[in-house]
Amino acid sequence: MRTKIFRLSFIMMFIHMFSFGQSEGMAHIDGARYIPLYGRDSTVVEVKDFELDVYPVTNKQYLDFVKNFPKWQKSKAKKIFADGSYLRNWTNDLELKDSELLNSPVTYVSWFAAKAYCECQGKRLPTMDEWEYAAMADETLKDARIKKSYNEQILSWYEAPRSNENVIGQNPKNFWGVHDLHGLVWEWTSDFNSVLLSGESRKDNEKDNNLFCGSASLGSTDLMNYAAFMRYAFRGSIKANYAIKNLGFRCAKDAENIK
Amino acid sequence: MKKILYIFCSILFIGLSACKNDSSKSSEEVVAYYCPMECEGDKTYDEPGSCPVCNMDLVPVEKEIALASDEISETSIFNLTSTWTDQNGEDLQLEELKGDVLVMVMIYTSCKAACPRLVADMRNIEERLPKNAKDNLKLVFVSIDPKTDTPERLKAFAEENVMDKAPWLFLRSSEDNTREFAAVMAVNYKKISPLDFSHSNIISVFNKRGEMMFQQEGLGVNSDATVKHIEEAIASR
Repeated sequence: MRTKIFRLSFIMMFIHMFSFGQSEGMAHIDGARYIPLYGRDSTVVEVKDFELDVYPVTNKQYLDFVKNFPKWQKSKAKKIFADGSYLRNWTNDLELKDSELLNSPVTYVSWFAAKAYCECQGKRLPTMDEWEYAAMADETLKDARIKKSYNEQILSWYEAPRSNENVIGQNPKNFWGVHDLHGLVWEWTSDFNSVLLSGESRKDNEKDNNLFCGSASLGSTDLMNYAAFMRYAFRGSIKANYAIKNLGFRCAKDAENIK
Repeated sequence: MKKILYIFCSILFIGLSACKNDSSKSSEEVVAYYCPMECEGDKTYDEPGSCPVCNMDLVPVEKEIALASDEISETSIFNLTSTWTDQNGEDLQLEELKGDVLVMVMIYTSCKAACPRLVADMRNIEERLPKNAKDNLKLVFVSIDPKTDTPERLKAFAEENVMDKAPWLFLRSSEDNTREFAAVMAVNYKKISPLDFSHSNIISVFNKRGEMMFQQEGLGVNSDATVKHIEEAIASR
C-alpha cells in the first residue's frame, strides 16, 4: 500500500510537470517567520513553504502565452486590465521590436496580465511577504539584510539604468536557487495594493505613519530600510492596470508536500 | 490514496478553470425605434409606429449604435467575471447590475473606525438624491474581509443600519476576487490584525455601463461633486 502511494505520487508529479510545463523551473523555499521591513506594523509574518520561479517570466514565455490566449494580445487586452502602455515594446500582437531580446524579462505588463499568466500555468503571483522573504537572501544567507554589501548591491542596481533590457540569469542565484530578484526588473506581487501610503486624502491610516514618505525615509536607520522602502513605495504608487517599463513578474505556488 | 487523487484532481481542476479562455458574449441583435425629432429625448420604442408627440414615423436605431450601447466597453467593471454573493446569499456577477448607476465602497463590518463614517457618507449621498433617481441606482458595500463577512453577517449589518432593501446592496466574494476588485477600484487595503484592516476610503461612482465616472476620497468630505456625478449618470443612458 505504502509503495503504491509512493509510486502514485511520483506519477502525479510527473503528470503535473507535464501538464503545466515548467514546474521544474521553480525553486523550493522553506517557509519561516520573519519581520518584513514594512509589513503589518513590523510584526512577524509567517510564510509557508512555497515554490518560486527561478527566473522572471521572459518575453519568449509571454509570447507563447499570448499565442494561446489571444485576449491578452497587445491589441486585444481591455483597458481596464492593461493601460495604453501594455506591451509597448512589441510591434504587434505576436512580434517584439527588433531591439528586444526573447530572453529578457517581459515588462510593460499589468498586474491583471501577470495574474492571468500565472493562473494559466497552474500557478499564482507570489504574495508581497513571500517575495520579500525570498529576496532577502543573498548567495549564502537566508537573511542577508544585515550585510552591508547586500544592500549596497541592491541600491547600486536601483541606480543602474535600463537593466530591464538585460537577459535573465546574469545575476548569481541566491540561497534558494532563485535568480534576478534584484538586479533586473521590479516584480508584481499578488497583494501589491496592500501598501498604504498615507496621504492627506487617505487620512484614516494612522497606523501606517511609517509608510508616509517623509517619515519613512527619515525614520530609516540604514540602507536596508531604504532599499526596501523604495520597493514598498513603488508598489504603493502603482495601479493594477499600469504597464511599466521596468516592471515584470514571476510566478509562485504553494509547496506540495509530497514527501 | 483516494485523498491524494482528490487533491490532484482538484489542483488540475483549479488550474484549468482559472484559465478558461472565455470568449466575449456576442451581443444580441437589438431592434429599437426612435423619433427622428427626438421629441422625448433619447427614448426608444420596441415596435415601429409613429411618435406619440409629433406623429412622425419612427425610424429604426442603427444597428451599430444599438450594439454599441449594449456592449461592455473596455473600461467597464463588467469585464470582471468574478461571482459575488449578496446579503441574502444570492450569487451574482457584476454584469447583472448593468443598467443601474452604481455607487460602490469597500468596507468590513467589524470595522470600528472609518467604516461607520463611510456608511454615514453613503447614507448622506442617498438622502440627497431625488426619490425618482433611486430606481436606476444601487449603493453597494463590498466587503474587504470575506472571511468574517459571511452573507449572514452582511445581512445582520444591513438590518442594523436599516439598509436591507433597495437601493442598498451588500456583496462579498473570495479573497482573490476581492483583491482584484480592489485593484480595479484603486482601493488599497491590508490586514493589520486578525480583526482590523487598514484601507483607503474611496467612494466610486459607475455609470450604467460600468464605467468609472468619479471617485470621492476621504472621510466626511463634501459630497456635492459625487451627488452631481450620480445625477448625471442617472440622466444619461
